[in-house]
Amino acid sequence: MQWDWEFTAEILPKMLWATVNTLMAAGIGYVIAAVIGLLFALAQRTPFRSLTFIVREVVEFIRSTPLILQIFFVYYVGPEYGLWLSPWVAGMIAIGLHYAAYLSEVYRGGIESIPKGQWEACTAINLTMAQSYRRIILPQAIPPSIAGMGNYLVSIFKDTPMLSVIGVEELMQAANAVGGQNYRYLEPYTIVGVIFLIISLTAASAIRGFEGWIRRKLGME
Amino acid sequence: MEDLTSYPLELTGPDIPMVRFLNVRKSYGELIVLDNLNLDISPNEMVTIIGPSGSGKTTVLRMLMTLETIGGGVIYVDGKPLTHMPKNGALVPADARYLRKARSSIGMCFQHFNLFPHMTALQNCMEGPVQVLGLSGREARERAEELLMMVGMIDKKDQHPSRLSGGQQQRVAIARALAMRPKVMLFDEVTSALDPEVIGEVTNVIRDLTTRHSLTMLMVTHQMGFARDISDRVCFFFGGKIEEQDSPDELFSNPKSKRTQQFLSAVKAAD
Ligand SMILES: Nc1ncnc2c1ncn2[C@@H]1O[C@H](COP(=O)(O)OP(=O)(O)OP(=O)(O)O)[C@@H](O)[C@H]1O
Ligand SMILES: [Mg+2]
Repeated sequence: MQWDWEFTAEILPKMLWATVNTLMAAGIGYVIAAVIGLLFALAQRTPFRSLTFIVREVVEFIRSTPLILQIFFVYYVGPEYGLWLSPWVAGMIAIGLHYAAYLSEVYRGGIESIPKGQWEACTAINLTMAQSYRRIILPQAIPPSIAGMGNYLVSIFKDTPMLSVIGVEELMQAANAVGGQNYRYLEPYTIVGVIFLIISLTAASAIRGFEGWIRRKLGME
Repeated sequence: MEDLTSYPLELTGPDIPMVRFLNVRKSYGELIVLDNLNLDISPNEMVTIIGPSGSGKTTVLRMLMTLETIGGGVIYVDGKPLTHMPKNGALVPADARYLRKARSSIGMCFQHFNLFPHMTALQNCMEGPVQVLGLSGREARERAEELLMMVGMIDKKDQHPSRLSGGQQQRVAIARALAMRPKVMLFDEVTSALDPEVIGEVTNVIRDLTTRHSLTMLMVTHQMGFARDISDRVCFFFGGKIEEQDSPDELFSNPKSKRTQQFLSAVKAAD
């Protein structure tokens, strides 16, 4: 099978358009994961034993089961309990929760790496618990976590094709559609690969740059 | 639980001490760290605690800063209970909210400074006043600059701690604590982590505080010369108890207890 440049040019706009959706899915999913992951991490540090236990178990459960199953579950089992979700909403919930579980571990590691003396200094100047986290602990815990958080940003991006199974119109879904209509899969799938490669590499180096910038900004190099 | 009915809800009468430890106990499991400690510190008094490692010196300060829970007894600060709160005419263990209010009159400096590494010297000193005391940025800055001036750190105010020497960090830490306008300042071996040549710059700041400010101070130190110089009273701790306490001149030149004598001669031999 020969590479067809004409066909490539013809489908490229459509593929690029789908890339926007892929980026959006990764972006939204990641924001959800980052916020819920932080809540998961903080919940495991409260003095309420049962809350800590439940969140631990939930995180463990999510980490031990495949993302694809979680996507199917939210989308297809939800309606059996009256929870009808669009592919986008179901997909974002599934992928957001999935990565929240992983990110919570990154946050936890970061928070636990802060020396006890920092907490004691917070008490000595009488900051509240919330102020201590917001002003002192998290600003120190997050920079060393950026590399880990960045890895998951790239992972979530690479996992977005799984959303095609419930019909989210992202890059993989577009490639499948184009391929099916034209009985040619070489070009669409190659384009998908190249786009993923370019974006992943760009993101990885951007994250490294960002990490350095944050460290310099906080005077911590 | 301990019967607290015999403890007063607040201290009354003349000569109310700034700090009172009343039958204070603390243990970790089997290990008794403080054994029925009774200690009064008068307003503006400078009291120094000396004693062998593990005798409970740090624990005394940490309990006063509320970093450690109390095992028994009550601590009063400025006449009011610190570790307990009055409820229905009796003392009960203080809750988080009461503690937060009660500890506002206490400041502490640590052996390892514990400055916030992501903030400049100035920001370190403004954090508490802005977040806790509710000062405006301008007021907090003025207060912080004044204190950094006092500790001789004004020209480094925009540096992060990683760019400062240990002595400089400790001086910033003192300014940060003072910015909260505490009535009682606690110093736990603030010179122990410092190179010998910079110890003086920190002790001079503390010496200044004894002359220029109305502050009650409780200090733990291994520097006997310094303790002798600046203290109003020195307490020798041994095994979680005050073995002997006296004016510095008396305690250092004429120690009565055998253990004090042994400790002082051991320290002298090490010097
Ligand atoms: N969190 C803790 N858990 C268990 N034991 C502790 C804890 N903190 C302190 N101790 C013990 O309590 C005793 C008193 O400790 P403390 O730190 O008050 O001694 P110190 O007089 O300050 O000694 P140093 O001169 O070495 O600083 C020590 O035996 C110590 O091991
Ligand atoms: Mg100590």
